Amino acid sequence: MPLLLRRLDPIAALRCAMLSMLTALLACALPAQAQFRVEISGVGATQLPIAIVKFRDEERSAPSLSISAIVRADLERSGVFKNIDAPGALDENAQPVMSEWRGRAADALAAGSVTRLADGRFDVRFKLWDVVKGNVIGGQSMAVDAADLRLAAHRIADAIYEKLTGDKGVFSTRIAYVTKSGSRFTLRVADADGEGGQVALNSPEPIISPAWSPDGKQLAYVSFEKQKAVVYSQDTSTGARREIANFRGSNSAPAWSPDGQLLAVTLSRDNGSQLYLIDRNGTIVRRLTNSNAIDTEPAFAPDGRSIYFVSDRGGGPQIYRTGVNGGNAERVTFGGSYNISPAISPDGRTLAYISRQGGAFRLYTLDLGGSGQPVALTDGNDDESPSFAPNGRLIIYASRAEGRDVLMTTTLDGKIKARLVSTTADVREPVWGPYGR
Amino acid sequence: MTFTPILSARSGLLAALTTTALLAGCSSVKLDSDVPVESRTPSAVGAGGAGGAAAGGGAQSRVTPVDLTNGANDASKLARVVYFDFDSYVVKDDYRSLIDSYAKLLAGDRKKHLMIEGHTDERGGREYNLALGQKRAEAVAKALALLGATSAQVEAVSFGKERPAVQGSDEAAWAKNRRAELKLQ
Repeated sequence: MPLLLRRLDPIAALRCAMLSMLTALLACALPAQAQFRVEISGVGATQLPIAIVKFRDEERSAPSLSISAIVRADLERSGVFKNIDAPGALDENAQPVMSEWRGRAADALAAGSVTRLADGRFDVRFKLWDVVKGNVIGGQSMAVDAADLRLAAHRIADAIYEKLTGDKGVFSTRIAYVTKSGSRFTLRVADADGEGGQVALNSPEPIISPAWSPDGKQLAYVSFEKQKAVVYSQDTSTGARREIANFRGSNSAPAWSPDGQLLAVTLSRDNGSQLYLIDRNGTIVRRLTNSNAIDTEPAFAPDGRSIYFVSDRGGGPQIYRTGVNGGNAERVTFGGSYNISPAISPDGRTLAYISRQGGAFRLYTLDLGGSGQPVALTDGNDDESPSFAPNGRLIIYASRAEGRDVLMTTTLDGKIKARLVSTTADVREPVWGPYGR
Repeated sequence: MTFTPILSARSGLLAALTTTALLAGCSSVKLDSDVPVESRTPSAVGAGGAGGAAAGGGAQSRVTPVDLTNGANDASKLARVVYFDFDSYVVKDDYRSLIDSYAKLLAGDRKKHLMIEGHTDERGGREYNLALGQKRAEAVAKALALLGATSAQVEAVSFGKERPAVQGSDEAAWAKNRRAELKLQ
């Protein structure tokens, strides 16, 4: 079977172990600074070598975080870049000696500065050079509040990524996930690197299946606070929340339509778990499936015309596709006896899902073009809940490591994985938000 | 009502014994028909051996508390958990007397309301497990309906794998987590 996973060679494994130790030390030394750490556990084939010099005055102006380190970690996690050691002092006004940077094998170079302004905000600037051609290809300056310094760093990473790859970056987007610590469940919203998490909901009862509205303003989710599964939608900026599905039985698996006007949900109001379309106020628009089996985990295709979902109508759970107006369902997955949790790439061409192989639950992708074979992206045992980045270049998913639930990102070829490391709790149910915030 | 002839003669005794077994955490105890209700040797007061015995045994001076804070007195005598086999939604024969007792209770008082919570073991996806737990809860609801409970009295819901009864990743733990809990309201 085609397995694109790259085995770690001994040196890489050693480096990985050393990184882990370093990460552990850092986590102990700086508990307040970061909830997550990035660990790269694979090596990509073609990566653009880039040097990010430490920004002038970044430590003096904003000692709580390192802008250049955030940019470096973002670019590395994307799998497209390789960070080149970048010693010395440069800022956006410098005239770097290109031959020197070519000597370090860097193709691109970025430098900048962080200056505290009189009103308490920060002026963050950077410049991007093409080392091979020896010219300036990008730059930006922004004045931000202290609370948005991290966002400024992610925006710089986005600008560099877009300039050098032609794709839009996703580093300034947000993710949502659920943590479980003891008997407390918390729905959090964080930066795409898992840092800067803020609490959206605290509950003594389980929370599952968060889903971003397409405008990034609402999070729908399932909460068991009423001793049954009820679907809520919450405005993340105001905290205002309302029940949008609380019918007799269980209400779960919310998925927004691409225009944000409808949600597909799983309801058991008529017995059995079946798919329904509801509007934003929770009024049922129509029943989507009519089977004697379990139908759940709906996911809209990006064009809004079809819905992928999980059904065990053929025996074990498999992924099917049906029209948004209902009608016949067509089976999509065939390999394996247990395929669940469909996520569709923003271009509609790739299905990410979880497949059980033996006793292992693993992240797979399938090219929806037709003839594609399923491809395993991990060799894990406990993968769950894949979700695509809005540019379709990364997938975030939940897994287990060292006895804890953790979040991972992977490139679509499975070669570059980053662990968004929790220092405190089990982390699960990740979902990647849209562009903008 | 097809169950009734099988259950008729000994249903009262069986219900009591089943209750005892279930409260002690045993889901697969086979009951002999000639076991008397109480035949244990009295043991010393204060020996500490009675801890955890929820019903039917222990020291002579033991006082069995009756709790009226959570629903009807009748309800407190009923076992409240139905266990399921792996990948199964079939309410096993072991639970016929339990189902019958609940059905009688509900049929006898139309104001009584029962929540049935389905649960699964930890393996597999959260949403799919939620649907599997729902199926288990609905299987119990259907059995109750056949014996006279009305659909307005019974609501089947699911917690999927989100609220395990016991922690652990072995068959012993999984078996205790594949269950439906009956909660009178």
